[in-house]
Amino acid sequence: MALADKDRIFTNLYGYQPWNLKAAQARGDWDDTRAILAKGRDAIIEEIKASGLRGRGGAGFPTGLKWSFMPREPNPARPGFLVINADESEPGSCKDREIIRHDPHKLIEGALVAGFAMGARAAYIYIRGEYIREAETLFAAVQEANDAGLIGRNACGSGYDFDVFVHRGAGAYICGEETAMIESIEGKKGQPRLKPPFPAGAGLYGCPTTVNNVESIAVAPTIMRRGAAWFSSFGRDNNKGTKLFQISGHVDRPCVVEEEMGIPFRELIERHCGGIRGGWDNLLAVIPGGSSVPLVPGGQCPDMLMDFDGCKALGSGLGTAAVIVMDKSTDIVRAISRLSYFYKHESCGQCTPCREGTGWMWRVMERLRTGDAQPEEIDMLQQVTKQVEGHTICALGDAAAWPIQGLIRHFRPELERRIAENVREAAE
Amino acid sequence: MPKVTVDGVEIEVPQGATVLQACELAGKEIPRFCYHERLSIAGNCRMCLVEVAPGPPKPQASCALPAAEGQTIRTDSEMVKKAREGAMEFLLINHPLDCPICDQGGECDLQDQAMAYGRGASRYDENKRAVTEKYMGPLIKTTMTRCIHCTRCVRFSEEIAGVDEIGALYRGENMQITTYLEKAARHEMSANVIDLCPVGALTSRPYAFEARPWELKKTLGIDVSDACGANIRVDSRGREVLRVLPRVNDDVNEEWISDKGRFQIDGLTRRRLDRPWIRRDGKLVAASWDEAFAAVAAVRPGASVAAIAGDLLDCETMFAAKKLVGALGSNLLEGRQTGMDYDTSSLAAVNFNSTFAGIETADAILIVGSNVRREAPLVNVRLRKAVRKGARVFLIGPEWATTFGGEFLGDDLSLLGKLPGHVAEALAQAERPAVIIGGAALARGALGAGLGLASWFKLVREGWNGFNVLHLAAARMGGLMLGYAQPGGIADLIAARPKLLLALGADEVDYARFADSTVVYIGHHGDKGAHAADIVLPASAYTEKAGTYVNTEGRVQFAEKAVFAPGDAREDWTILRALADALGVPVGFDSFEELRAAMVAEVPALGVEGLAGYGALPAGGGWAEGTFAYPVKDFYLTNPIARSSPTMQRCSAELLHGEDFAEAAE
Repeated sequence: MALADKDRIFTNLYGYQPWNLKAAQARGDWDDTRAILAKGRDAIIEEIKASGLRGRGGAGFPTGLKWSFMPREPNPARPGFLVINADESEPGSCKDREIIRHDPHKLIEGALVAGFAMGARAAYIYIRGEYIREAETLFAAVQEANDAGLIGRNACGSGYDFDVFVHRGAGAYICGEETAMIESIEGKKGQPRLKPPFPAGAGLYGCPTTVNNVESIAVAPTIMRRGAAWFSSFGRDNNKGTKLFQISGHVDRPCVVEEEMGIPFRELIERHCGGIRGGWDNLLAVIPGGSSVPLVPGGQCPDMLMDFDGCKALGSGLGTAAVIVMDKSTDIVRAISRLSYFYKHESCGQCTPCREGTGWMWRVMERLRTGDAQPEEIDMLQQVTKQVEGHTICALGDAAAWPIQGLIRHFRPELERRIAENVREAAE
Repeated sequence: MPKVTVDGVEIEVPQGATVLQACELAGKEIPRFCYHERLSIAGNCRMCLVEVAPGPPKPQASCALPAAEGQTIRTDSEMVKKAREGAMEFLLINHPLDCPICDQGGECDLQDQAMAYGRGASRYDENKRAVTEKYMGPLIKTTMTRCIHCTRCVRFSEEIAGVDEIGALYRGENMQITTYLEKAARHEMSANVIDLCPVGALTSRPYAFEARPWELKKTLGIDVSDACGANIRVDSRGREVLRVLPRVNDDVNEEWISDKGRFQIDGLTRRRLDRPWIRRDGKLVAASWDEAFAAVAAVRPGASVAAIAGDLLDCETMFAAKKLVGALGSNLLEGRQTGMDYDTSSLAAVNFNSTFAGIETADAILIVGSNVRREAPLVNVRLRKAVRKGARVFLIGPEWATTFGGEFLGDDLSLLGKLPGHVAEALAQAERPAVIIGGAALARGALGAGLGLASWFKLVREGWNGFNVLHLAAARMGGLMLGYAQPGGIADLIAARPKLLLALGADEVDYARFADSTVVYIGHHGDKGAHAADIVLPASAYTEKAGTYVNTEGRVQFAEKAVFAPGDAREDWTILRALADALGVPVGFDSFEELRAAMVAEVPALGVEGLAGYGALPAGGGWAEGTFAYPVKDFYLTNPIARSSPTMQRCSAELLHGEDFAEAAE
């Protein structure tokens, strides 16, 4: 049931061909985009809704529905904006990077289609600061599209004016949160805003705004060309389409690959990554969706269906489909502790539970790593994660709490073993 | 109006209310740190979490959530209790818990709420974070390790003060609140962040380690540092005033006061006149009260007497002096010390008619000859609010750094007669147009021209009077109500060459013009008036006597006596009563109550707290021209109390004159 080459959306994912406009057009991008726009706003949104596309940035909110929240009637005093989230900072995630450096025109065309569908005046692509070469490519690609009249005034000859701006971030993970990204584009400190109001009501510069992931936007033109029925023929109900999986860690060949949603984990690894290092018995745990979702112990992994519901059923999440594979050589406590450090480092400091809690959790994790703790501190840590989870302004608090909760749920004996051994050492 | 259910009680809340406000209406206390009624909503302390249905199955920040029809809110559930304990625990893990050496102790939100909502013990075993001190100027003392990052101070300086000075650096648990480049906060309202700070991170520098709040006697007072009449609370211990805090009065000062009103009080114990002095052979020598009264009686002035009222006086003192001068057969009374002679036949023409709360709602404002920021910081705050609501502001006068934008049209008063087209259009089309005439414009005779604008642009209309005069002296409106104004101003007094001149705390007068008069200075500080006096009678400052004050809106307010005057100094009215005996004339009162009753009988409006009401605005007309300078040269040193205050002197030197006070030099 693996995805056939003819059904791949990202046909230049590995950069075997140039990224430029000419090559992109040869691959089918920008092919009569005007005709897509001519279908009208409602038709595009309905098509995307029918395709079952869910947001590819991690939360999985239905994309067509999100677009439909934008105001119906254009208001010149409050134009709409599309913000494209290319601040890909989640540890493990690297799909947007491949799209931008090898297939940027898919993204720019998607921006026009999506922006037109939601009545946006312009798109801002917020690209992660560390993506230097990627940003160069993106700037050049936007320039190419502008010069060719594909975007800008009278984009593609459709009579619609649509600008695309590229905005470079400065390397803060929190700016990947949609409202923090809006603040950052406005030139302020990247701190999430309170919701409500949601961005669709008052977002960038107080105007209606939709924030979408790069992949969600980049697949839109292909869906429009090949039809919602084609896209929704992949995957299960509620988990339609194809998706870029990014497999890293202890597999023979780490890779980014486009696959059908709902592919079993074993098949994904065997087909594209050459299997687990040291064989399936050597698998310790998998983080299926980037650092912010709980890990899944090795025994449950092979049959895990790699889609939103499949990962959720095992107490984890698909996230951005950044699959981190860990074999038995991994110090799992240290691995999770390192993630805790990441969240402590990246917390914006605005709201109390995250600001104070991430540091506390990391420090306790570090002591659990060496066993320099009391057994009851495991329960205390669990309570602290619960005190952070769901009490913060944005989801970073949840993201910091979940990996630790996953560790305690599945590897408590390991934590207790370390504490016991450390006590034994001290007694000697 | 949505109906919500709070802990089982159904109540109706106003449209646009938040869940927090709904809970308060239902009588439920919601703990909070970052939320403040007068600042924007930050929602970052997470202390106000409540359970709301319908909604996600997690606690919601009540300060930021709009109350909606049919909500069921629980503030007493297990989830809410746990959420509050959690937020409290997080706030305390990196808080130093140094309450015994913290000036906020006893009036600390964190302390109170930790007692009420905390879990009682800490489970945090790691090292605590420490943050270096940040220099915020001579008024604000910082202990940033105590900071809980509620950002009230940041929002105050951005939104209320209009000066982007305070902000947050770094992120996560390394976040620090600081001023820009650690420079002193440079605006006239900066110290209000001390009151806003819910913990001991920002405390008062002059008041550091002085007293605990429960030791202090709290007295209700009125600020006299400008003509706004801010409502204050005077905290004293024994004979000393230790600090001044604002009281909430939405009509006057909301809950702010200027830095001068707050910190000039250490001038109350310095350079004080605490015994009578008599000039002998050109030198002032100490004397007894009897000698001093005898010296005044020896002048035998007859009816050749005049009185000048200073800027800080209460109405009772001015009334007592008026009675005395009247009993001697004179009516030479003047309060405008610097020689202003504007027409006072209608007090409506010299009043801030739109009121402070009203000026917020104006949509086009023309300011003529007033550096509002220096002359009335509290009005400046209102102007900023008006601009945030969409008002357009135009200014005539030398340029100053406004906190609300505004367009400077030029500095010649002749502009009043030929306003630029877009300004005239804005005023003509405004629904609530307003004009503010400042002291500098009054001094240049622009009142008539201003009144001309009032009729031209119909500033008076249904429910709105947009003609405003902004005075500088706390005693001005009270003095005018009591008749302290001659047609020709102080020049009339000079021309009359009085044998006896009563100088009631008047320190701005050019006494060289009264060379022939015997000057009796009745006041509290050894300032310019005392230096020029022949006889000095020590009196009380504003914290040392009860009194009635009328602010520039014509708002009558009463202040109470907080402490006793130092040494032999007496309350002003008793001095004037004794002088009447010495001069052998009756004044008709023997007690403060009798004095006040006589005053109210003569000017009934002074007996009722609130706006006095001066009738209709007279027609104006006339022409003004010429450039001018603003009267307030040094915001921190405008009155004798402030000039004696080390804190105000330091502010002046450091903040206005740029002398380098390195913190290390302390």
